[in-house]
Formats: sequence, C-alpha cells, structure tokens
Amino acid sequence: MIVSDKIWPALDYSRVPFRLYHDPEVYEREQRQIFAGPVWNYLGLEAEIPNPGDFRATCIGEMPIIFNRDPAGAVRAFVNRCAHRGALVRRELAGNAREHICIYHQWCYGLDGRLTAIPFRRGIRGQGGLDPSFDMAAHGLRRVRVDTIGGAIFGTLAPDAEPLADFLGPPILDQIERLFARPVQVLGYNRQRIRANWKLYAENTRDNYHASLLHEFLLTFGLDRSTQKGGVRMDRRHRHNITWAEADSDSPDFAREAYSNARIRNDYLSLQEPDLVAFRRERDDSLNLVVTSVFPSSVFVQISNSLAIRQIRPRGVDEFEVFQTMFGYADDPPEMTDHRLRQANLVGPAGLVSMEDGEAIEIAHRATKPDPDRASIIELGGAGVISDRDYRVTDVPLRGFWSYYAELLGIEPAGAVR
Amino acid sequence: MTVDRALIHDLLAEYGALLDAARYEEWLGLFAGECRYSIVPRDNHERGMPAGLIFCDSRAMLEDRIMALREANKYNIHSDRHLIGLPRLTGGDGIAIEAPFAVFQTDQEGASHLFATGIYRDRLTMAAGCLTIRDKLIILDTFAVPTLLATPL
Repeated sequence: MIVSDKIWPALDYSRVPFRLYHDPEVYEREQRQIFAGPVWNYLGLEAEIPNPGDFRATCIGEMPIIFNRDPAGAVRAFVNRCAHRGALVRRELAGNAREHICIYHQWCYGLDGRLTAIPFRRGIRGQGGLDPSFDMAAHGLRRVRVDTIGGAIFGTLAPDAEPLADFLGPPILDQIERLFARPVQVLGYNRQRIRANWKLYAENTRDNYHASLLHEFLLTFGLDRSTQKGGVRMDRRHRHNITWAEADSDSPDFAREAYSNARIRNDYLSLQEPDLVAFRRERDDSLNLVVTSVFPSSVFVQISNSLAIRQIRPRGVDEFEVFQTMFGYADDPPEMTDHRLRQANLVGPAGLVSMEDGEAIEIAHRATKPDPDRASIIELGGAGVISDRDYRVTDVPLRGFWSYYAELLGIEPAGAVR
Repeated sequence: MTVDRALIHDLLAEYGALLDAARYEEWLGLFAGECRYSIVPRDNHERGMPAGLIFCDSRAMLEDRIMALREANKYNIHSDRHLIGLPRLTGGDGIAIEAPFAVFQTDQEGASHLFATGIYRDRLTMAAGCLTIRDKLIILDTFAVPTLLATPL
C-alpha cells in the first residue's frame, strides 16, 4: 500500500495509523524527506572538538556524519562517505587528525572536506591512473551546513533549509540558549538500543501525560507530579515542544487527592539519599523539569540538575538507538559535578525515571505491528486545535509532531489542522 | 594482604546466584557498610569520562536503587543468568580483583540473549572473617544497552 494523504482517520492527527510505525517504504521516505529534509539535526558539542583536527562521528537519520574543527578553528561537518567508492572515510568514533583518509584506496580529504590527494592519480610510469580531466574540486566530502547555539552544533543536509534560529523559533531557541548559557563539559555518554520504530520515541518525549504514570518513581519519591505548575509550549509550526514543570508549585495534599483514582502510591516512600532528587536552583527560574524536543530527533533534557542531550538514531524501521550525552558546566565546582553524576541515575537506559520508556515503546511497537489499519488515540488535552497548554495532563504536542511530519512526507490531508 | 582465594570464589558465586534469584536485599548484604557500586560504559571509562549508567557512591543509594526496583520501576519481564569468570588478583590497596562476566537475559517465552558483558573491578574488605565488597566498578563492554538496564549486573 502506498501511504498517502488518505491515511489519516482524523484531520487533527488525533488518530495515528499503526502502519506509519511499520511500513518499510515509509521509513525509506523518512530518510529522504524528514532527516535529509529541511530540518536541523543536533550533531554534537563544540566542547567535544576543542582543538583543530578534533573530530567526532555522528549521524543524521541513518546517514553517517563526521564533524571536525578545521585549522582555522571553524566547525565543519560532512557526510562520512568517500566520494570514490562510498566507504566510510572515518571509522573511529572520535579522535584528532590532520586529514581524513579512506582506507579502501587511500583517497585523502582535508579538514575542510576538500579532496586533497588520490594515490596513483597519474598511474605508474604513465600507465593507468585517472584521466587528467578528473576534477578533484568537484569530489570533496558532501558538505553538511552547520550552525551552533551556545556550543551545540546542528546540521542540515538541505541546502535550502531556513536558518537554524527560524527553524527553532523563539520559545525553543530560548530554552536551548538557557541550557547552554555557560560553557559545557561532557561527563560521558550512554547508548540504548530499542527494538521499535523511532517515532514512538519522538512521541514519548512530547507526551506529558505518561510521565508520572509510567515513571512511578517520579511520584513515589515526590520528584515530579502532574499537579505541579507546568505545561507544554510549541513553536509556531507545532513541530517542536517544550514540556516544563516548576519545582515546589503544588501541595502534597492536592497531589494526593488528584492521584487518588490512579493506581499509584503517592509520596509514600522516602529515599535514604534525598540528594538523588534534590533540586539545586542554578538559574533565575524555578524550572526543575524541561524536556525540549526538536523535530525530528533531538531532545534537550533537564531533569532536576541532570543535563543531557538525546539524539534519536534510527536503525531500520524496527529499531533505533538513543544516544545520550551527559553534561555539566565547565565552571561547576567538583561538588556540583558529583551531584550531577548522582542525578545521572535518574536518566538513561538504567534511569530511575526513564528506564520504563524502553519497555513501553517496545510493547507498543510489538502489539501494533500486526494491525496496520488500526490507529492510536491522541486526545488528552482535547482534540481539534493544536496549541500550547498550561497544564500537564496533555499529549497535544504529539499531534504537532504528526502535523509537520505529514507536511514533510507529503501526506498532509486537505483541511488538516496545523 | 593475603586472602584465601576460595573466599573470593565463594563471594563471586554468591553474588551471581543471589542476583539471578532476584534476592536483591540479600545481595546487598554482600556489600560493606560503606561501599560504592557503579556501572560505567567502557567507552566513557577509556576516555576518562565519569558518567555511568548506575552510580551509587553510598550504601544508602544502593538500597534506594533496590527499593525503587521493587516499588516503582517497571521493566521487561525477564530472568538473568550471570556467568562470572575466574577472578584475577590485581594488587594495590587491600584486596583488589578483576573478573570478566556475562549476563544472559531470558524472556517469559524462553528466548535467551546476551544482555551484557564486561569486567568487574572489585575492592574487597575482610572484617570478622567475612569478605565483603567495598567498591565495585563494572566496566560495561555492551554499552549499547539492549532495551533497558533495570536489574543489577
């Protein structure tokens, strides 16, 4: 079946056909039209490549990417693929080098991506080699346009993509600037393979409704609850989302009453090490939970004092990886670094408030696969118009994600709610 | 400090058996009163980066982990099987050992797969004839964690 604009049961994206998570053809189209489309993808941090020649491997969708610092200090990114036979040019995940050399036939590229040397270009004793008309300047590494915000590097494969700041829009840009207002230091990485379609994760990070229900730890140990002041805020196109909450903005009694009909025990346990969930205010706001999802696959996460960037790396229609970069600030005193490392227990594949996502997403993937013509429900916070909410029991931003997804995939129905 | 290797073997055997039987509270009993337990992706460890998957720098944190596992966390329904290799005494302060491990997971339908492999670096302490774990650093080779990591390695 060719997926078309007829696939949507509802014009407000309150129903998502299961087919979209499982159809290999849809997955192929996403690689071209979403990931290589007019979007900006998080690639890495300037702090990861402080010196000329420093490089790191990453990806945009399934496309292998390297970014490096060139001799003049500029950040550059390329598709990590030799112009000659299409092999990975750089196999290591990180390092420092003066050039990138493909092992297959030793074609050599500068840190600016230009093709600088080809072995036996003139052949041997005048025999063999390349024709003199071969234009080396036309066969550099494929350029990725890059831009940065406070040291966070974004890239796009689309030459005509709008500027990064416009793509993000004011509320999202502000949040990313807030997170990167001070120079960062990377504390480490964690990686997680989930056997499910990547879009289930893109939805998950926009789903405020699930947080304190699936992740019982949040409520059980009083870290976060839906009765707190919070909500969702999107860009004008509703493709990105900020899920936010403020510390100490509700009362335990109110929370107890609100959760009385959910089968969750509220605030009845206390931790022996309360520092694990203690929020230390470090900015002039009270936000203790901010999850900023940038379409299609980048997520900037502040949970209490743990800070992380998550990059969704699709690995086929049935699997994706969450690549998470944990960071703090370069001027953190050692004691604050320890606090962040302790609070890193909250997030990642073993995270006390995140491990459940791996399971929830896999069981959703598994059970939807055999029934592609049925659909999931997205109606918390109401159907119809897609807009910001100043409350937390909502999944409206999922409809925003699908709205822009449909536009890029060319399957937006006539009369669709945007 | 010299120590009877049989005691070390017994400790590691007990360690794996208690985890595989999901007897986590008894497993906690293998640790000293003051202890650390951390799981660090090998990639981070080799690059000198401190962030781990689990980082408990006190016994209280380790106990909180187990309580959360019992009371709050939801995870893939499975059983674990630890295969712990021969320990090697590595010297240094106190009793330091290194042992390779593999953990296989089996789901409810009987399908098993390798979930994690890596190395234990343990510092042990002897008190009143009893050998306990003072510091366990688990360097995880399988740092592309399949699905999620809930039950301890």
